[in-house]
Amino acid sequence: MTGYLVRRFIQAIIVVVGVVLIVFIISRLIPGGEARAVLGTRATQTEIHRFNKVNGFTKPVLVQFWNYLKGLVTLKLGYSYKLTQPVWNALKLRLPKTLVLVGVSTLLALVIAIPLGVIQVVRRHKPSDYALTGISFLLYAMPAFFLGTLLIIWFSFDAKLLPVAPPQSSSPWAVFTDPKAFIMPVFTLAAIYIASFSRYMRSSMLDALAEDYIRTARAKGASNRRVLYGHALRNALIPIITLLGLTLPAIVSGAVITESVFNYPGMGLLIVRSATTHDIPVVLGTTLVATVATVIGSLIADILYVIVDPRIRYGGVQ
Amino acid sequence: MTYPDDTRVGEDVADGRGETSSEYRSQSVIGSDAPDAPERLGPDLVIPSVEAEIAEREPALPSGGEAQSTGGIGIQIVRVFAEHKLAVASLAFIILMVLFCWLGPVFYHTDQTNQAAVLLNIENGAPGATGHPLGTDGTGFDILGRLMYGGQTSLIVGLLSALVATVIGVIWGAVAGFLGRWLDALMMRIVDIVLSIPVLFLLIALVTIFHSSEPLLIFVIAGVSWLIPARLVRGETLSLRTREYVQAVRAMGGRGGRIIGRHIIPNAVGTIVVFATFQVATSILLLAALGYLGFGVPPPGTDWGSMLSTAVNSAGNGWWWEIYPVGACIVLVVIAFNFIGDALRDALEVRTQRR
Repeated sequence: MTGYLVRRFIQAIIVVVGVVLIVFIISRLIPGGEARAVLGTRATQTEIHRFNKVNGFTKPVLVQFWNYLKGLVTLKLGYSYKLTQPVWNALKLRLPKTLVLVGVSTLLALVIAIPLGVIQVVRRHKPSDYALTGISFLLYAMPAFFLGTLLIIWFSFDAKLLPVAPPQSSSPWAVFTDPKAFIMPVFTLAAIYIASFSRYMRSSMLDALAEDYIRTARAKGASNRRVLYGHALRNALIPIITLLGLTLPAIVSGAVITESVFNYPGMGLLIVRSATTHDIPVVLGTTLVATVATVIGSLIADILYVIVDPRIRYGGVQ
Repeated sequence: MTYPDDTRVGEDVADGRGETSSEYRSQSVIGSDAPDAPERLGPDLVIPSVEAEIAEREPALPSGGEAQSTGGIGIQIVRVFAEHKLAVASLAFIILMVLFCWLGPVFYHTDQTNQAAVLLNIENGAPGATGHPLGTDGTGFDILGRLMYGGQTSLIVGLLSALVATVIGVIWGAVAGFLGRWLDALMMRIVDIVLSIPVLFLLIALVTIFHSSEPLLIFVIAGVSWLIPARLVRGETLSLRTREYVQAVRAMGGRGGRIIGRHIIPNAVGTIVVFATFQVATSILLLAALGYLGFGVPPPGTDWGSMLSTAVNSAGNGWWWEIYPVGACIVLVVIAFNFIGDALRDALEVRTQRR
């Protein structure tokens, strides 16, 4: 088990270094270089040269990459000339907000999807199964920006039940002061995963029910209830954790849309705003931080997987 | 693959378990169940219909199996596909949409580029009243005409980026799988790394740096989408390259490029086609998301996502006609490509991994 964890950990580090390399390469691909992006098209040659010299862009590329890596360790993600502050300062207040949104939405998706999948298995081929399948279809094909817009029209403009956006204020934690404002963003982000997790749960349950240990349990006289919830459900949950790790990048990606629809001041809204103003250091810094957060999340999911699945804990690793 | 009925159920399930690694199959979220496979009841098994259902989720056998098979493989494929009524309807719908977007403007002339000329329309936005069947948007463009105009972009970018992604992914995966060793490890690590970046962040970063345009969008969306086919094709290549006929070609002195191009890729074509179909849906959604966020094709061009983005500004006015038609276009086209992909998967008997 420790062998597996160590390998998984090293893998995560390789991925993070690789992502840093990719972001570094992208930043060097800016047409005209970072100097042009910051100083504008009218900057003179000497100004550009000075900017490059001050920022170390005249050194060999490998040295630049090494310095970049060293800077990252101390959270130096660059400086935003548009926001006139270091990128990390802009990010650090937004990162937790995105984490809360993603975390709550993922939990909600699981809490709804798992029972839903089980219900579908128990009532297989009955109208309720088909109805739920139909709803999953629709939720699955519904892009978050469309669903979010519809929710705003229905529940904010028409019914006037929920606020369009969380409270906007300069105080960093104002977002969390109105729980009602959370309902629509969380549901919008969770919807597609409610659909996909419940589909997955349904097949995972069916897989589990076909296993030999289920037959054994039945042969020993376990009740239907016990077989379903004691044996099948517990085993069916294991692959869900893997799925969670795999889906995490997509959920974080979905947060960009959800945050834009509902004006929720997280990293997603930050990258969209910065991209509109062409604030490249913030765009790249946000991408990097979002990715690292995602990699850590997937790592946690994999560690959970080891804890939950005794086959990995005691046996070797496949 | 025909079994006597009674022994079939238990064994088959056990077999199925092995190859149906749940990671693989269940990635397809939308109804992967074969639509009308007969319910097979096991005589003494615990939950008969569960077993039957799992049997159903085996790759759909051409109905009747080998015994009745008539005609060539092409006919078989078409027949299985045709059994999926929803997929046939979806295909018809896509053809209709293509006609609507490209032939529509021939019969229904609207000005979709000259904003100054259409500004006069703004005050009469509502559908019907002013010779605009679906009304006009906040800047005065006729919505019906704009659906066609934006649809051209959405469909073209969706199709081409899926094509480019598939080509890149197939070559990448085949080369990695065929050459193996450290190159395989390196190439697949790169795939892992890019896959771990949340896709919209990467897309926005690329679009910001390279300034959005239609060809750029095609390549950028392809640039974040080739990873899954690379993995799929690598997997197929790993198993194909040990086959006897590949060994035979190699023994006869066939070069790597020839083996990949003539023997490996043709044998993985089912997987590739199914992936590409699903990818069209995904690409259309990605473009729509970018458009919604304001990074779609730059004006005067438009796409369905950008249309929705302008629509949102007037959502507070109750201008429903700006929102529902374009939203419905996106959702229906995406659903249609998903249905077609599901049917193709059954028809070509492949399992594919989806994001």
